Amino acid sequence: MAATTVPEKTTKRHAGRPAGPGRRAERSGLRRKAAENLQAYGFLVGAVICFLAFSWYPMVREFIMSFQEKKRGVTSWVGMKNLDRVYHDPFFWTAWKNTAEYTGYALVIGFALPFFVAIILNELRHAQAYLRILVYLPVMLPPVAGGLLFKYFYDPDYGLFDHILKTLHLPTSQWLDSSHTAMISVVIAATWMSMGSATLIYLAALQNIPGELYEAADLDGAGLWSKIWHVTIPQTRMVLSLMLLLQIVATMQEFTNVFVLAGGNGPENSTMTVVYMIYQYGFRYNNLGSAAALGLFLLLVLIVFSGVYTRLSRTSEQDG
Amino acid sequence: MAAISSQANRTLISSAALSRRKGRITYRIVLTVVLIVFTLVFLGPLYWMVTGGFKSASEVVANPPTYFPKHPKPGTYHTAWTQLKLAKLLFNTLYYAFGALLFQLVFDVAAAYAVSKLRPVFGNIILAGMLATLMIPSAVLIVPQYVTVLDLPLLHFNLIGTPWAIWLPTVANGFNIFLLKRFFDSIPNDLMHAASIDGAGPLRTLWSIILPMSRPILGVVSIFAVVNVWKDFLWPMLVEPDPNKQPINLGINSLSQGVPENVIIAALAISAVPTLLIFLLFQRNIMSGLTAGSLKG
Repeated sequence: MAATTVPEKTTKRHAGRPAGPGRRAERSGLRRKAAENLQAYGFLVGAVICFLAFSWYPMVREFIMSFQEKKRGVTSWVGMKNLDRVYHDPFFWTAWKNTAEYTGYALVIGFALPFFVAIILNELRHAQAYLRILVYLPVMLPPVAGGLLFKYFYDPDYGLFDHILKTLHLPTSQWLDSSHTAMISVVIAATWMSMGSATLIYLAALQNIPGELYEAADLDGAGLWSKIWHVTIPQTRMVLSLMLLLQIVATMQEFTNVFVLAGGNGPENSTMTVVYMIYQYGFRYNNLGSAAALGLFLLLVLIVFSGVYTRLSRTSEQDG
Repeated sequence: MAAISSQANRTLISSAALSRRKGRITYRIVLTVVLIVFTLVFLGPLYWMVTGGFKSASEVVANPPTYFPKHPKPGTYHTAWTQLKLAKLLFNTLYYAFGALLFQLVFDVAAAYAVSKLRPVFGNIILAGMLATLMIPSAVLIVPQYVTVLDLPLLHFNLIGTPWAIWLPTVANGFNIFLLKRFFDSIPNDLMHAASIDGAGPLRTLWSIILPMSRPILGVVSIFAVVNVWKDFLWPMLVEPDPNKQPINLGINSLSQGVPENVIIAALAISAVPTLLIFLLFQRNIMSGLTAGSLKG
């Protein structure tokens, strides 16, 4: 380091500050600090550039684009026109209704089932490793493979599901081919494909519950359900509420499964989700401004939702 | 791996209840039912997929379906491999996945190291900015990201159709930075000081002290990096419109029009092999990685 070559230009003395060599040391310290900071930023620069280009700047751009229109290569400000157009799209409310339906089904099936499965796995003393691998296998399948696979199972002519229902003398279903059942069929396939990760996260949380709590509940004469209600659920509440939020935010962004399984909008637009509509606006109709405007609506809903949710869970924690 | 281990802990049902005759019988019944149902539900579709690839075109769409191929035809797999250009698609996927892995390892590790150990001024603000992106739903950003890739700001490069369009955005991954930073935080600073007294610069310290100690977390990040690229759909569909440049997850969907069902099913089975192999080989790391990011209850 060039610490000793620091030129001493200033001779002004401040009260209480050491003069001469002490001051020189302080300065060289500053220099070293600056050099260290520079080095640290050298390590940061690659990631920061990528965040700037592909995350931070696009966030700002999302807002800008919502109020712009590009016609014949010329970009102009159009104010609320995009938002207005999207809002008055005849399928705007259909898309929101379908998205809410998807999220609703995904919560009833996709949120409750992994917790239930995790509780069962946690109780079993045998074959745990095998069962854990089994539940997680579909997660590792490429989503298109899982989606197309279920498409064959759902087929009303030769599909496995209707065949099984027929053998059991149960009524068969049109699955993806009917506007009444298309959405739930997509959710069932999606749950099969993704429930493994939630199950394993719950399982880890369950195994962290101190055994004494169950022992105490036993002594109080608690039954199975009251033990689940009074010990298991309160002890895993943090994980449960976090996963609930993640699940809602993730399912409201559904695209791949409806695209692969139901060809996007599905019979009579019954599986048209908000993100599919964004995709249509942006990349089918080549109207990126309106697509961004719809994205803004989605962002708004998700922010409001997360805010309300955090509020509620905070108050309920204070009560508990 | 401490989180998931075969527990000797007490659970909902006490060992005393299990050792009773009635408890033992109930447990046996439940265990058997769970084993059968889970195997059918989670392994059954995979079995159907693999055997479906051996069926003839008419047998796949036969009603009622057959549970075992009548005249197994391994030729279907060969047809799928050549007709859907699976070798090309698999190569593309590997190329994208390992490129993304390389960029993420270099840039994200360096960034996490800087904010965890070198601690520059404003480091925490930068970190907060990176973690804040976790709160932004990715679907909202798809349109502006696409426009950015179409015409990179300042440089005015068009990345559409190039591997960079897949590689570079994966670096902006707040979750990776979070996992790495948390792990680096747990490495004692004394080691850093000892190294710097010995005259090692920050790069040297990272390379010979931090990285060798961080193998578990590097493994987790690597697996997630590869698997994420392998599973992504919408983004590669937008930025790699040429079917010859698409990853397998997307390519099968694009190329499957007008191809007999049994060939597609064989292609699906082939496409599932790499990730399933990754999982079976690294399942311990994957499972610990899953729980590393989550909160403890």
